Amino acid sequence: MSTSTDSAKTGPAATAPAAGGLPDLLYGEAETELRAAVRSLLEDRCGWREVLARTETDQTYDTGLWRVLAADLGCAGLLIAEDSGGAGASYREAAVVAEETGRGVAPVPFLGSAVVATEALLAADDRELLAALAAGTTTAALAVPFAAAPSSGGVWGGRPPGASTVRPAPTVRLVSPAGGGSDGYWLTGTVAGVADALPADVLVVPADGVPYGLYAVSADSVGLAPVVSLDMTRQLADLTFEGVPARRIASGGAAHRAVARALDAGAAMLASEQFGAAERCLEMTVAYLKERRQFGRQIGSFQALKHRVADLWVGVTQARAAARYAAACLAAGAPDTPVAIALAKAACSDIAVRVAQEGVQLHGGIGFTWEHPAHLYLKRAKSSSIGLGTADWHRASLAGLAGLDPPGAGR
Amino acid sequence: MTTAGDLRDQVRAFLATRDPAGTDRLDFLRARFDAGLAWVHYPAGLGGQGLPRDLQPAVDAAFAAAGAPTNRPERNGIGLGMAAPTILAFGDEQQQRRWLRPLWTGEEIWCQLFSEPGAGSDLAGLATRAVRKGEVGGSKGAEGWAVTGQKVWTSSAHLASRALLVARTDPDVPKHQGLTYFSCDMTAPGVEVRPLRQMTGEAEFNEVFLTDVPIPDSDRIGAVGEGWKVATATLMNERVSIGGGAAAREGGMIGSAAAAWREHPERRTPGLHDRLLRLWADAEVARLAGARLRQQLSAGQPGPEGSAAKLVFARLNQEISEFEVELDGAEGLRYDDWTMRRPEGANFYGRDAGYRYLRARGNSIEGGTSEILRNIIAERVLGLPPEIRVDKGVPWKDLPR
Repeated sequence: MSTSTDSAKTGPAATAPAAGGLPDLLYGEAETELRAAVRSLLEDRCGWREVLARTETDQTYDTGLWRVLAADLGCAGLLIAEDSGGAGASYREAAVVAEETGRGVAPVPFLGSAVVATEALLAADDRELLAALAAGTTTAALAVPFAAAPSSGGVWGGRPPGASTVRPAPTVRLVSPAGGGSDGYWLTGTVAGVADALPADVLVVPADGVPYGLYAVSADSVGLAPVVSLDMTRQLADLTFEGVPARRIASGGAAHRAVARALDAGAAMLASEQFGAAERCLEMTVAYLKERRQFGRQIGSFQALKHRVADLWVGVTQARAAARYAAACLAAGAPDTPVAIALAKAACSDIAVRVAQEGVQLHGGIGFTWEHPAHLYLKRAKSSSIGLGTADWHRASLAGLAGLDPPGAGR
Repeated sequence: MTTAGDLRDQVRAFLATRDPAGTDRLDFLRARFDAGLAWVHYPAGLGGQGLPRDLQPAVDAAFAAAGAPTNRPERNGIGLGMAAPTILAFGDEQQQRRWLRPLWTGEEIWCQLFSEPGAGSDLAGLATRAVRKGEVGGSKGAEGWAVTGQKVWTSSAHLASRALLVARTDPDVPKHQGLTYFSCDMTAPGVEVRPLRQMTGEAEFNEVFLTDVPIPDSDRIGAVGEGWKVATATLMNERVSIGGGAAAREGGMIGSAAAAWREHPERRTPGLHDRLLRLWADAEVARLAGARLRQQLSAGQPGPEGSAAKLVFARLNQEISEFEVELDGAEGLRYDDWTMRRPEGANFYGRDAGYRYLRARGNSIEGGTSEILRNIIAERVLGLPPEIRVDKGVPWKDLPR
């Protein structure tokens, strides 16, 4: 695809602040082309009926679709440099793909592999795995619970002291090499509720030990138990490591930074995904209000319903600006990135859930049935609002970032 | 293509021949207009150069750096924000040449004669009549109109020399079709302006009584019967100018609330903290959305998206000022001044939170109520069917009143 050349125009160097000191919050030409390609693929291969049917099979992830998206469209390598086989694009482009996978509630591990695991590997500079990911031949997942909140203690250069620095405590630890070999590592432990681990070939695992480290583990050696998940379009897995061989890719502070950067980027791209899902869900609801007739008129002519969807549209419009700002800040490595991510994840979590809930209500009885896509969006929205930090968690982090201390502080 | 650097060069060349300190203020502003450096996105000959709107800040900054006088835009918000784009879009060439220069320099302040006691949200139902007269305003033989009626909520009417006016020229057709748009001379005989006191104690607004006010036909903007179309464009500009101002982080009312929070740790409670964080995040997201909207706007007419900005602005102002009054606690029980005054405009920041709390109640009413804005979004953005109406196709004179 053409992203590798076009993206140069929209990469960090080109995202100079527009008037008012804010970056370009619109979509560039390359982003619009990428969106068209992804949307066309998803509309073709990933209609809601296919998505719904797949949730009741053993293969809840569509690995065939993912291969096309990852390798043929190059979406797996968007964030990876061209000399490692990637597209050398930026988070602006990745955010557009996330919007589209959100619109389609697509059961593909774009977020877990092409964003979260990729960002961890970029931080660790593991070129070998990055090249395999960029080629679309390998899929990876970071072994942390989906509900883990990001905790970047200043990794983007902007989080001031006093901000939350809670880290997801590793539940995996290093054990003594079985054979006493000097260059091998073995991991033991469990991680519950990991997103996008089921289709992964490689797990990137933060583990306690001396020192704390980040390890690459072949998925074949790990116990992967599928979880009956609220959102079966992104089915979670419980992971069990029983003395499995691992390769260390980062240790100490570098490993912490890699995990923090991965979760930060994940939260920002999840916000774009939530925005995309909200936008699509609102479109479906508005279409239904035009089509459904009661009392001899289209129900969309009732002001009580019109005002509700108008408010949803306003919320979606606001959320888009927040999501674009987070993507632009990440792409440019801006000092405001932590604020931007917190704003985006808070705004998009809230609006996606609200649109999905209102979408069910405004569809009436049909919206409560299994044979209608409304519940796919509701389940995706609710679980995504918990994933990578709730809206409440992200707003709380703004207290430290914006200097709005809680009661009891500063007395 | 002209760049910000080119424009800075133009300003430098302009200043080389006119020292701001040694030139009469109005002469300086008129010359700046004539040099196409007033608003660069306006056409050449009308104070601009037909350039993108976002080049203007560079020009303003260059003039400010030289200590040049400004056109005091805060005194003529309706003129600059609403009248000028309306005149540009719908005025004829003669009107544009006659009105835009004194408007921009601030020599002529404009106000807006739209709302009436009987026509608020249902603006198209307005009753002020404009009747054709053979001869008007001393220009012998020239065709003209005589206008009679009552307008309300007119800010700056007591300062204005000109007004945007919508009046009914044909009561025998359905209400939207019988309206015509004029520019009214506020110094003409028959114009009476009375202050309208509001809940804050002061009177920002006026009632305007019009009795056989003469308006020459050359001051009609747009065709007879096209008044609704022109008025709609004016209102879109109003919503953008109310909801779309560029600001820095914490630049709006949230800045005042955040400062009070930082200043008074002893007043903090968990409930207020949660509210503050929500409001801070919402205000910042609204600021980003406003910036994105401005990035989308070309120099042309704003679309209905401006309605979203105005809706959010009104809600946030109300919730933030309510938060701040509560945070003030015992101090929130006092009010600075109920004296009847005539401020030049709403100044949110020179006064206490109690004033902001009361003034912000008007934000969801003025410039289109929040309910009307939701209708506009639902119908014009989302394409939902209009409310079933009982006044459709009925001549205005037959509507129940």
